[in-house]
Amino acid sequence: MKITREDVLRVADLAYLDLSDAELDTYRAQIDEILEYVGKLNELDTTNVEPMAQVLADDQTADATLREDLVVPCAVADDVLEHAADPEPPYFRVPKVIER
Amino acid sequence: MTANETITSARGAIAAKKVSARELAADYFKRIAARNGELNAYLTLSEERAYRQADRVDAMVAQGKPLPPMAGVPIAVKDVISTRGIRTTCGSKILSNYIPPYDATAVTRLEAAGAVILGKTNCDEFAMGSSNENSAYGPVQNPAAPGCVPGGSSGGSAAVVAAHLAVASLGTDTGGSIRQPGSFCGIPAMMGSYGRVSRYGLIAFASSLDRIGPFARNVADVATVLKIIAGRDASDSTSTTTPVDDYPELLGKPVKGLRVGIPREYLGAGMDSGVREKISAGVDLLRKLGCEIRDIELPHTDYAIATYYIIATAEASSNLARYDGVRFGPRVESDSLISMYRKTRGAGFGAEVKRRIVLGTYVLSAGYYDAYYLKGQKVRALIAGDFRKAFAEVDVIATPTSPVPPFRFGERVNDPLQMYLADIYTVTGSLAGLPGISVPCGRIRGTLPVGLQIFGPAFGEAKVLQLAHAFEQAGAARL
Repeated sequence: MKITREDVLRVADLAYLDLSDAELDTYRAQIDEILEYVGKLNELDTTNVEPMAQVLADDQTADATLREDLVVPCAVADDVLEHAADPEPPYFRVPKVIER
Repeated sequence: MTANETITSARGAIAAKKVSARELAADYFKRIAARNGELNAYLTLSEERAYRQADRVDAMVAQGKPLPPMAGVPIAVKDVISTRGIRTTCGSKILSNYIPPYDATAVTRLEAAGAVILGKTNCDEFAMGSSNENSAYGPVQNPAAPGCVPGGSSGGSAAVVAAHLAVASLGTDTGGSIRQPGSFCGIPAMMGSYGRVSRYGLIAFASSLDRIGPFARNVADVATVLKIIAGRDASDSTSTTTPVDDYPELLGKPVKGLRVGIPREYLGAGMDSGVREKISAGVDLLRKLGCEIRDIELPHTDYAIATYYIIATAEASSNLARYDGVRFGPRVESDSLISMYRKTRGAGFGAEVKRRIVLGTYVLSAGYYDAYYLKGQKVRALIAGDFRKAFAEVDVIATPTSPVPPFRFGERVNDPLQMYLADIYTVTGSLAGLPGISVPCGRIRGTLPVGLQIFGPAFGEAKVLQLAHAFEQAGAARL
């Protein structure tokens, strides 16, 4: 077994994701099967392989990293707040974060 | 129903004043009203915006102004692509009331080219799925194969074009989500190279894999749409400065002598016998067109699914962290912030999305990162290397798009691994960042469409389109 119920609980905690008991059991079994399958990657010796961390070569995005820092208008605050669950312009309101 | 069904014919009819852009939009809305109840392909219609745009086009016609390439052409946009003022749900309950404050660059460019956006199309939740059964708003029916899934995740975008409810549409492809539904619905569908089309405004699933691309009635229209949406965009730092070829102009170039690689790893076990037969007939047709068919090797193919589901879920778990009930979407109230996050996410996400968040968080978590995520990135490099070597010998690579034809609803939904394994022919090109098209290659068992996939080297879109066009013109859809 690659993954335990406790592992799934721990990961769901990390991801701030409430799961029901039934979901926990289903996901544990399904992800266990997926990880078992994924284990086949260990057949490959990748000791001297550089990880592919990005798709494009550097010269294909030459101007992407060094553009001028310009101020442009961006008046979308009202639109953004309009559909929030609990807006109090110009803020989003959330449950209390810090206890006094 | 043959009039105004392609970009050329629709634009031509408007230019010749045979129909106004407004009348054409109204005609399409009428068709949608008649069929969408059954197909469930559109989630939201944007009549007001469509007629406003149609009127702009009609004013240009009245003033005798030169018309842009998609003047008055009715199109649809997948619901993971942002549209200002039009609800964009990503097929998820967690964005059920989300109205983007800006347009995706691809949308801006299509409207600037005169296209009329009819509405937003249904898809698997956050583009995660191969059957459209993961949409929170119910599955899309396949208009080409009644009773079968339309493919996914861009099932709605494929279905609206196949059912004549739009002339063309935008979808997104992360591991096959444009090409596979194109194949299942019997129409051409393409993703350009990674970096070819700006992702600005595409709501992210897996940022190193996600791409926007077109569905259309024929390859020429695919080329037209791709050319419009392609090119550098300052709002997406991964959009490339590599020049965009004039795809429609280059379509007619001869394909005689083109070297087409057939990877032997793609013809192994697990392929439906009917699909195998059609693909074999398709390869014969390529040979008749004068292409030189070569047997090639892509030795790491067998590791692609495992690699893809590590990288895609890892990136998804990170990208989907933003859905927390604070800035958009419905919130489940609770007494503490963390508990509000947990309840909102637990209630808002569907089963497949939760499964991928858990898997993705796991492969990135302390103690497992090297064994899974880093390993996946290394094997990804090997897979990309396979293609680089192959493209030293051949111009393009032809494969089946999917090992199976459209399947019936419910057939695979309870076995995620089996569903993932069917992505085998599409995820390889996704991982390597290559352009790929699916083009119709006959039908089996009466109605079920089969697709031939053509990959090109990075930024080799023109060659991919040339071959797809020649293949289509030679009657491949009737094989």
